[in-house]
Amino acid sequence: MATVTPALDAHGHSHDHSHGHHEQSFISKYVFSTDHKVIGIQFLITTVLMLMVGGALALAVRWQLAFPWENMPIIGKAFGLFKTEGGQISPEFYTMLFTMHASVMIFLVIIPVLAGAFGNFLIPLQIGADDMAFPILNMLSYWFMWPAMFCFAVSFVVGGATAGPGNGWTSYPVLSDIASASPSSGAPQTWWLLGLTLVGVSSMMGSVNYMTTIINMRAPGMTLFRMPLTIWSMFITAILQAFALPVLTAAGFMLVFDRMSEMLPTDIHSVFFVPANVVVNNAAPTIGGGQPLLWQHLFWFYSHPAVYIMLLPAMGMVSDMLACMCRKPVFGYKPMVYSMAAIAGLGFIVWGHHMFTSGMNPALGMTFMTSTMMIALPSAIKVFNWIGTIWDGNIQFNAVFLNCAAFVALFIVGGLSGIFMAAVPVDIYFHDTYFIVAHFHYVLFGATLFGVFAGIQFWFPKMFGREMSDGVQKAHFVLTFIGMNGTFFPMHLLGIAGMPRRYADPYLHGYLEHLLPMNQFMTISAILMGCAQFLLLGNFFYSMFYGKKTTRNPWNANGLEWSAPSPPGHGNFDVPPVCYRGPYEYSSPEAEALGQDFILQTTAPPAGVVRVAHGH
Amino acid sequence: MKKFWALFFWFWPIVALWVCFAAPGRNWWFPSPPKSTLGHQIDGLFYLILIIVALTFVGTEAALGYVMWRGATKDASSKAWFSHGSHKLEIIWTIVPAFVLVFISLTQLDVLADIRVLSKFPDEAKKGALAEVTARQFEWRIRYPKPGTMLMTDPQPGDLYFVNELHVPAAVPTMVNLRTQDVQHAFFAPKLRVKQDAVPGLVIPLWFEIEEAGEYELLCAELCGWGHYKMKARIVADSPKGVSDYLTRLEAEQNEDGVAEAPAGEESAEE
Repeated sequence: MATVTPALDAHGHSHDHSHGHHEQSFISKYVFSTDHKVIGIQFLITTVLMLMVGGALALAVRWQLAFPWENMPIIGKAFGLFKTEGGQISPEFYTMLFTMHASVMIFLVIIPVLAGAFGNFLIPLQIGADDMAFPILNMLSYWFMWPAMFCFAVSFVVGGATAGPGNGWTSYPVLSDIASASPSSGAPQTWWLLGLTLVGVSSMMGSVNYMTTIINMRAPGMTLFRMPLTIWSMFITAILQAFALPVLTAAGFMLVFDRMSEMLPTDIHSVFFVPANVVVNNAAPTIGGGQPLLWQHLFWFYSHPAVYIMLLPAMGMVSDMLACMCRKPVFGYKPMVYSMAAIAGLGFIVWGHHMFTSGMNPALGMTFMTSTMMIALPSAIKVFNWIGTIWDGNIQFNAVFLNCAAFVALFIVGGLSGIFMAAVPVDIYFHDTYFIVAHFHYVLFGATLFGVFAGIQFWFPKMFGREMSDGVQKAHFVLTFIGMNGTFFPMHLLGIAGMPRRYADPYLHGYLEHLLPMNQFMTISAILMGCAQFLLLGNFFYSMFYGKKTTRNPWNANGLEWSAPSPPGHGNFDVPPVCYRGPYEYSSPEAEALGQDFILQTTAPPAGVVRVAHGH
Repeated sequence: MKKFWALFFWFWPIVALWVCFAAPGRNWWFPSPPKSTLGHQIDGLFYLILIIVALTFVGTEAALGYVMWRGATKDASSKAWFSHGSHKLEIIWTIVPAFVLVFISLTQLDVLADIRVLSKFPDEAKKGALAEVTARQFEWRIRYPKPGTMLMTDPQPGDLYFVNELHVPAAVPTMVNLRTQDVQHAFFAPKLRVKQDAVPGLVIPLWFEIEEAGEYELLCAELCGWGHYKMKARIVADSPKGVSDYLTRLEAEQNEDGVAEAPAGEESAEE
């Protein structure tokens, strides 16, 4: 038994090429690589940079809300973008700003950073595989992001520099369907839809790969219930994507076909989403028989599960990291797995809660309300279990732990504010106000991004063989946490005050005028938060080259990935791993017998104790 | 430093709570008390959820701060508690929230039915729509039937039109038909707590009862293009007599052909 356990190598670099892979060229090693680790890191760097793009768009939105119609700093003058507007943001540019902020953050940051970056990097390492099941498909899933980004970039400029796609990330028809409906409903909308479809292609390739890899390629002894919760979350996310994405892709193509009849001399004259007799901008009345609500159903059938695609992997990762930083097992491992599965299952039958004011049958509203309320239950169970995990642990107060704790603390806010909007009568008031903006930012920023911040630092040593500065990460944590709450907490109050979202100038309406100072405070908080991200970027790229060199297992963690060298060579493991126990046996008697508070999943039990489960 | 972090996680929920408590006094709360009958029910449900949510927030954030505090003050050499969880606790914290959530859900149903289910509309509202509100980029077009007639789905010759101002009787349940001429919009009257999307191709009936006479904002709550923020209109609640006077005036103005204004002398010359 002991012979299959790799000796813990303090420096961890000697075995890198032990499998005799031939030398690769720079291009095949770092650019068109089929190595899941390189692809994961490519995803990570791309998404971290896109985070800054999305953040810049958000700051421009905040600028307009705090200082409406004032000259825009830096880009207003520098690029001469708004010559005719005298340096102001125009209302159509404002619609583009929030549309592209959401599109970039959702499709180019959060979904690819979780599934693409962490999913790719961690799945083979944590289950003890040497790579993904389909390495070339995996490579393609990254490289399909580039045409998607290209399409989004074209959509920015194709309608003229100041009118990009501006119909919201939800792109409700008829606004997004008929080219004359707004300055952004022409070519920019088509390019945006193409970009969206390509992101879907990328996600789908990843999803198929993850499911196959997790089902088929686990190391001997890695039973389903010995998988780290990260893997469970990636598995469940992959299933969600596989079942939900086709619906969005279909809906996207339906919308493209509708639009082609406007824009191209084709024989496709579909009217899926356009009813008869709609007169947009004094154009001829439409001939149709379509139904705009159909788009909302199809769109949210994907996009509500997508909310969990944007959250579950972070939940899994945080569970892993909290256990390690508290030096004790995850509280209630199986309830954690079942609650993730419940979230995923219920996630498919709650999409109608985005449509409570849409005029759909009220009986449907009642059904969707009840299922939506019930999805709060598994979320609550997870929160209680995270608190239970921290309970009586030996907490390591580093930035990884703090970001994880912030994940829990802020997810509580995001989860609780959701209850208001699950309740239909209350939602009737809050629908499309800043209350919902506060809610999803607490979930997507407060929870997911803080989980990502923790994950970047936690797995950084495994990615690059070096450590990030914990001090800088703590500074980044404090500033981001303060900036985040300063920006998003007041949004709850704006929502209660009845401020609608997507307004270029809410102060046109007398009852909102007095909210201007609060909006200015929020914008200043947002600028602070934006600047704080340079600490993360700086720390990330500096540590990549100059950080402290690390060992195989700098956190004294248990997962299989920590038995591989840091960074692992092509093929990952110098000794094929065998899994002997669950991933969270911190401070177990078995570990104590070895004089430590952790025990790797690959550490063989003492001779005579046979506990190998039947592997595959 | 460890204790600092535990206190940090205790401190911010206190700030958040303080902001919420201070908010109504600083006018960071509802734009006004509800001015419609349904508004009172909606606000009541809001405060019910708010109490439940606030208690949960305090409980969970305090527990999170507490477990961090315990970790911060723990003797570094002592070992962590080796536990995989507690079946009993899992059952408790599954069943209790489940009951609370089902309870919240059940409390909503009646109000939801009152707001949306056509057969539950008050009889006076069901008698017929007072007006048709048609949203359009970027204004609200109001169509009233000729006084003394019923509102028809299709425009009729005697119908009266106005833009961005809807007159309705106060203290009477009133129904309007909501539709849109172009893209999707939403009828949002914040002080009345009324919101309903106007969906292309659909005519959606909607009712409310404004309690007192006055003017109330009407704006659009569904992105409808670059001028979405500009769809500013008002709902004027008046006594039933005031409304019928208004409609009579509107009819007179609309049928104004300039002839009646002709100099009195000519008419007398005819005689």
